[in-house]
Amino acid sequence: MGRYVVRRLLQMIPVFIGATLLIFLMVNVMGDPIAGLCGDRECDPATAAQLRHEFGLDQPVWRQYVTYMGNVFTGDFGTAFNGQPVTELMGTAFPVTIRLTIVAILFEIIVGIILGVVTGLRRGRPVDTGVLLLTLVVISVPTFVTGLLLQLLLGVKWGWIDPAVSSEAAFGELIVPGLVLASVSLAYVTRLTRTSIAENRRSDYVRTAIAKGLPRHRVITRHLLRNSLIPVVTFIGTDIGALMGGAIVTERIFNIHGVGYQLYQGILRQNTQTVVGFVTVLVLVFLVANLVVDLLYAVLDPRIRYA
Amino acid sequence: MRGATHAKWAACAAAVVLAAAACGGGGGDGGSGGGSGGVLSSSWGDPQNPLEPANTNEVQGGKVLDMIFRGLKKYDPETGEAQNMLAEKIETSDSQNFTVTVKDGWTFSNGEKVTAQSFVDAWNYGASLKNNQRNAYFFAYIDGYDKAHPEDGGKQSADTLSGLKVTGPLTFTVRLSQKFSTFPDTLGYPAFAPLPKAFFDDHDAWLKKPVGNGPYQVDNYTRGSQMSLRKWDDYPGPDKAQNGGVDLKVYTDNNTAYTDLIAGNLDLVDDVPASQLKNVKNDLGDRYINTPAGIIQTLAFPFYDNDWNKPGSEKVRKGLSMAIDRKQITDTIFQNTRTPATDWTSPVLGKDGGYKPGLCGDACEYNADEAKKLVKEGGGLPGGQVKITYNADTGSHKQWVDAVCNSINNALDNDRACAGNPVGTFADFRNQITDQKMSGPFRAGWQMDYPLIQNFLQPLYYTNASSNDGKWSSKKFDDLVDQANAETDTAKAVGLFQQAEEVLRDDMGAIPLWYQNGSAGYSDRLSNVKLNPFSVPVYNEIKVG
Repeated sequence: MGRYVVRRLLQMIPVFIGATLLIFLMVNVMGDPIAGLCGDRECDPATAAQLRHEFGLDQPVWRQYVTYMGNVFTGDFGTAFNGQPVTELMGTAFPVTIRLTIVAILFEIIVGIILGVVTGLRRGRPVDTGVLLLTLVVISVPTFVTGLLLQLLLGVKWGWIDPAVSSEAAFGELIVPGLVLASVSLAYVTRLTRTSIAENRRSDYVRTAIAKGLPRHRVITRHLLRNSLIPVVTFIGTDIGALMGGAIVTERIFNIHGVGYQLYQGILRQNTQTVVGFVTVLVLVFLVANLVVDLLYAVLDPRIRYA
Repeated sequence: MRGATHAKWAACAAAVVLAAAACGGGGGDGGSGGGSGGVLSSSWGDPQNPLEPANTNEVQGGKVLDMIFRGLKKYDPETGEAQNMLAEKIETSDSQNFTVTVKDGWTFSNGEKVTAQSFVDAWNYGASLKNNQRNAYFFAYIDGYDKAHPEDGGKQSADTLSGLKVTGPLTFTVRLSQKFSTFPDTLGYPAFAPLPKAFFDDHDAWLKKPVGNGPYQVDNYTRGSQMSLRKWDDYPGPDKAQNGGVDLKVYTDNNTAYTDLIAGNLDLVDDVPASQLKNVKNDLGDRYINTPAGIIQTLAFPFYDNDWNKPGSEKVRKGLSMAIDRKQITDTIFQNTRTPATDWTSPVLGKDGGYKPGLCGDACEYNADEAKKLVKEGGGLPGGQVKITYNADTGSHKQWVDAVCNSINNALDNDRACAGNPVGTFADFRNQITDQKMSGPFRAGWQMDYPLIQNFLQPLYYTNASSNDGKWSSKKFDDLVDQANAETDTAKAVGLFQQAEEVLRDDMGAIPLWYQNGSAGYSDRLSNVKLNPFSVPVYNEIKVG
């Protein structure tokens, strides 16, 4: 187990370097960001040169990357164009997005798995068909449509929520945005659980458990669910990273000043430091979430051993 | 009844403390008495650059500077005329040497006195290359700028401008490197604001919580999300704040801000999204403002490209201009928030200031037959097709570029005559312009820095000027601008600038498209809301309740 974790952690290093390098090159390919800093007019050449020097943009790209990575290991993610250290931006953005992600994941786990179990046990019945249809609708409608629609109905027409989330972004305010963010994944979780449950329901160990006369809820939670959860856990685990990075649309609609907003601003302003910094952290989140998922397998199914 | 009045004031004070809603609605006629305590909330965008007077070149940061700073001059929110603010007088005998006397009795909100030194220090700071100020070029007319800010990349040999001299506690002199008669009128621009000692002593702390000398002071600033400004009670100026303060809230999207306004959670939106223009009359009624601003949209041409700069090209350019049905586009796409342009300035200048409707003449009137004829006479479109380049990330540029192309295609009876050429980000768009990579006309917008005809012509069309993106050049135009700058009589100067504009017209150096309006919407808690010629709300005059 210990060796497995160490091996996995070591494998992260090349993935991490490769991912950051790719992002770095991509942002660089977009051209000189200084040109956009002076509005609808050319920066005077001296100031532009000075700014380029300050942000290290006058160096060759490989040198920029090496310097950047060197700084990252000392915890210095550089400075955004508005003069704010990127770490400061992260300090304000990540807690907000993490809260949003937690809300979304909770929706996925609670609503998704319950719906999945219910439909999986009642395959072919009206409930099953109804939920299947509903998930189909959710999957096919883009997030921004759901988001704008809910915002208009709940926020403006009925006045149940504020259409925009305040800068504190407390948990209560994030329920609707969290639901919107989770919606597509929620539908997938439901369908995954449903299939998995329906398949395992006919397996020998479930029949044995029922034959032993175990109560129904115990059969479902201890035997059926535990074995059916492995694909679902994999999905939810990888989804954590995707949700954090993919919050751009939801955050824009509901005015949430989180990671998505900072990334969007960073890309618009071609701010390498902001974009690479945030993506670096997202890559880390993704990798760690994957590792945790892999370790969870052993908990769910003790036959899985790590050498 | 006395007791009741006191109670009302107490309630007002409480409301200020709580930064809460209106008070005093019950008594009186809603005049300055009751409403002065309320705080309003307004939409805001995250400023792109650090908030310093000489470093702010976009509207969002400018909005704040306008609230916390007052300079030597201030532009009248109605007429745009430059009026003395902190300046007692600005005198000159030769349009090149100016003596400035600062009014006595002004202080910064931290108690420091505003002196001549406050201005000179601020200007030196703004001009000095090592401070990286984006607006440094505003000081370029002052003598010694080339030493403090060598444009050619040479070494900076002076930290201060030799043209600035403090001659007394409240007086200083400015020597310019060339004659510039309207120089005093430029001094209302925020880059020329005075700075307190605190700015230089602890720069980081100042940036976290800027201190100025305007009607508001910064109470609380959380970067990227909100700035709370409160009325500065001891503000010595005549334009005191009529409300208790303003909370500027950063919105990720102006559509969300608009939704928040409709839902009653926000008081003021100063940028109504294009997609909502159709509903805005229904939603807000007369709480929607749509007034002219000092912004003009044009199509510039790459004069560095021989295809666009050969004999006869001016006919092609004029033909293209005549092929654009400005009226129809401003009606349908912009819902009349733009006005078809008939000159190269803006209506906010007024007739005396140099705005001359119709100066463009026939060349700006839609006339398909004439357009076809002119393009043909000029040798046809270079390469058989024009591509209009624009940035697709902000604004609704795609919509109007497509409409302009449609109009051109129809007028020229050719489906392939014009096509849009989108560029992903604004920075990349600017990149291609700076690198002179444009192969056809491209979007050019100009938001004025100060309401002077000089500002609409010189930076944009003077040979090698800072914003002359198309590199149009005309000796005759340059000479007329120089003469106008040397002219001390304003009316004569304006006349010379207009003659220069005619030179621009005859060569069709850029196609004027339309003048842009500022648009804003507000909640029923507010009254006396208006936009100044820079399309920024006049915050200090807004009444709450």
